[in-house]
Amino acid sequence: MCGIIGVIDRSRARMNGTGIRAALSEMDERGSGEGAGYAVYGAFPDFKDYYAIHVFFDNLHEAKPAVEDELSKWGVIEHDEAIPTNEHHGLRKVHIPWRFFFRPDPHLMPRSTSPEDDIVMHLVMKVNTSIPGALIFSSGKNVAVFKASGWPEDVADFYGIQDYKGYLWMGHNRYPTNTPGWWGGAHPFNLLNWSVVHNGEITSYGTNRRYIESYGYRCSMYTDTEVVAYLFDLLVRRHGLPLETAVKALAPPFWDEIDRMSGKEQEIYRAIRLAYGSALMNGPFAIVVANNESMVGFTDRIKLRPLVSGVRGNRLYISSEEAAIRTMDPDVEEISMPKAGEPTIGRFLV
Amino acid sequence: MSIGSVPLRYKISVDHDQCMLCGRCVESCPYGVFRIDREKIHVNSRVCVACHRCIAMCPRDAIDLTERPVDYRSHPLWTPQVRESIYNQARSGKILLSGMGNAMDYPVIFDRLVLDACQVTNPSIDPLREPMELRTYIGKKPSKLEFQKVNGDMVLKTSLSPNLMLETPIMIGHMSYGAISLNAQQSLARAVKEIGTYMGTGEGGLHESIYPYQDHMIVQVASGRFGVDINYLERGAAIEIKIGQGAKPGLGGHLPGEKICADVSSTRMIPEGSDAISPAPHHDIYSIEDLKQLVLSLKEAIEWKKPVFVKIAAVHNSAAIAAGIARSGADAVVIDGFRGGTGAAPRVFRDHVGIPIEAAIASVDAKLRSQGIRNEVSIIASGGIRESPDVAKIIALGADAVYIGTAALVAMGCRVCGTCYRGLCPWGIATQRPDLVARLDPDIASANVMNLIHAWTLELSELMGAAGINSIESLRGNRDRLRGYLLDEGIMRVLDVKMVGA
Repeated sequence: MCGIIGVIDRSRARMNGTGIRAALSEMDERGSGEGAGYAVYGAFPDFKDYYAIHVFFDNLHEAKPAVEDELSKWGVIEHDEAIPTNEHHGLRKVHIPWRFFFRPDPHLMPRSTSPEDDIVMHLVMKVNTSIPGALIFSSGKNVAVFKASGWPEDVADFYGIQDYKGYLWMGHNRYPTNTPGWWGGAHPFNLLNWSVVHNGEITSYGTNRRYIESYGYRCSMYTDTEVVAYLFDLLVRRHGLPLETAVKALAPPFWDEIDRMSGKEQEIYRAIRLAYGSALMNGPFAIVVANNESMVGFTDRIKLRPLVSGVRGNRLYISSEEAAIRTMDPDVEEISMPKAGEPTIGRFLV
Repeated sequence: MSIGSVPLRYKISVDHDQCMLCGRCVESCPYGVFRIDREKIHVNSRVCVACHRCIAMCPRDAIDLTERPVDYRSHPLWTPQVRESIYNQARSGKILLSGMGNAMDYPVIFDRLVLDACQVTNPSIDPLREPMELRTYIGKKPSKLEFQKVNGDMVLKTSLSPNLMLETPIMIGHMSYGAISLNAQQSLARAVKEIGTYMGTGEGGLHESIYPYQDHMIVQVASGRFGVDINYLERGAAIEIKIGQGAKPGLGGHLPGEKICADVSSTRMIPEGSDAISPAPHHDIYSIEDLKQLVLSLKEAIEWKKPVFVKIAAVHNSAAIAAGIARSGADAVVIDGFRGGTGAAPRVFRDHVGIPIEAAIASVDAKLRSQGIRNEVSIIASGGIRESPDVAKIIALGADAVYIGTAALVAMGCRVCGTCYRGLCPWGIATQRPDLVARLDPDIASANVMNLIHAWTLELSELMGAAGINSIESLRGNRDRLRGYLLDEGIMRVLDVKMVGA
């Protein structure tokens, strides 16, 4: 059990973190105080063209220079700073959160069609698997992730998220079961511009992990959720699938339904299941995934985890609980329950 | 001096108080164990092969069978089997023949692997209430899809290769008409058609009476090319090139002339009564590029409409060989483990050559993935699949589907006596003698085989549901759902599974 929530303002009007903090606290029943986190898009307007590399350091004298070395091999660090935190009784600084604003040099990866993204992906995989005491947990442009082990309100106060503003927020209240409650294991999980919050357990993790690892991704966080970020990166960014199609690859219709479809549609879904069988995610889950263009929420194929959506004006909310959405926006309209496997998508208008 | 006789392998005894002298045992036994004389059943245990036909037919349960009733002096190295092999060869000077699968006491990896189930944190799925998908496609899959927008509609640009659609990931392997009887082959064919799966013809051609089931037949092209013509290739649902067999890697085949009756002769397209000898290598395949030519010419012959499989025995270097096959244009690679059955194989090959299917599949799947070509071919595992958990485990190790052989024969009555090569199968399975063949009723035998595959499919659904998986592709290669129990570290590294408790 975990509580998730995401909100997107389609006109890119920015919201501060107060609302989502309250919404996530509303779902404390779904958590255990061992992990919480937030992602915010539009957080760094002054550095919006730089990759915001967020790192948990265990120390600054050995791990940080090692990461700086790696980054400098592949590009330029425009600016870096300690992420401001306020230690308080509820939360102690187990790791030292740091952020780098980084510009990769595209000439260094000449074979790639998206060299900058590929350089950053390479750096994330390399740092997380080879530099002890350093974990990159967020690496997108204009995106910040704030997470730690603790209750959502404590994590929010620790990072002072009410001081950040963004046009898309996500939050997660964790009750860890199959992996320990550690800072790296808290959600959201992020790679490049992809962020994921997830409630559930992916029973196909072994299949998904072996599939994604054959494309150069390395799972390093001891938890099933990270494959979701990698799968979206592979299917949407690298294979160029539309977002809806990617969701249909991860939570496809049953063969019975496909057999009843008309010719062209049947052909498409059959092809999706054949090509992307190893990407199919099984087991109970409700997931919200975001990037700089959109936010999508969906559940497993038989909806073993709750997901509710609400709309008001340009805002779309997706959450585990209607109560959380109403906490954030008491006047929300159009509350609905998406069907199993059906994506609920919000896209920016501008 | 003479070696003399060796002790009895089996001792048959008849309970004369129970016996009602019906004579069914006499009729049943083609090996001549029983005779009636002066109101009494007499037995010659020396010719018994433990096929159990007499025991199954006796209405009074009056027959008893004991294995190795006479002890040798026990010795851990010089086992009775070893001693008897030596006596045999000292007498005959020949290669020893044997049937069925590997009879050595190697550890069974399947039995040291355990499956997973859900508790609390995720719900198990009840296949009686929720959909459970075992449908499996065998063939090449695209590694990515490309779409095009045409008038606002999404249109698929990627074209799909031909695939076989299986309703369950269980197929029946190649057992030729000749090695088994026509009644046996018909029974299997009816079962696979009814279930929605496939079976192999073996290298025995396609008998006319199997034509109604041709859409479920995988026609084999082996080194003897018996029965192969364009009619045969076009009738099959898929074509399989047989390079090797798990029971005798590196060898060809030999069907003795006694089994080549008129009907077998016309189906195989060889003279009646002549030995059918398949050479060890294909004489047009001396390396991987030659295989590629054969794959492509077969595809050309059938106008690229059907998948082509390549079957190899599981040997030390299977993974690299399979990667070569994946690049040859083949649509599936069949890996036949060293426990695979056979009608006849030299005992030393059956027992000493090749590797277990579990390790072979794990390394083939890993190799194909590391080279990014896993979607190029489906992997079919065969050789020693005994029950549904074996199917679940081998799929979790990376296979797409399995071939069963011995299990299907057992479902038709086979008692695994291992005497197939004598052509006297009392169950009407591995024989061409008309009176014995007539013992196998295809109506009953096909129902038995269907029941078996159906039952395994149900068990597989339950195992998947318990693991919180409702689609077979989420089990495939999902080694996280396996644990090794008392397997050594080296094997667990090859299988890429953790140990129990970890």
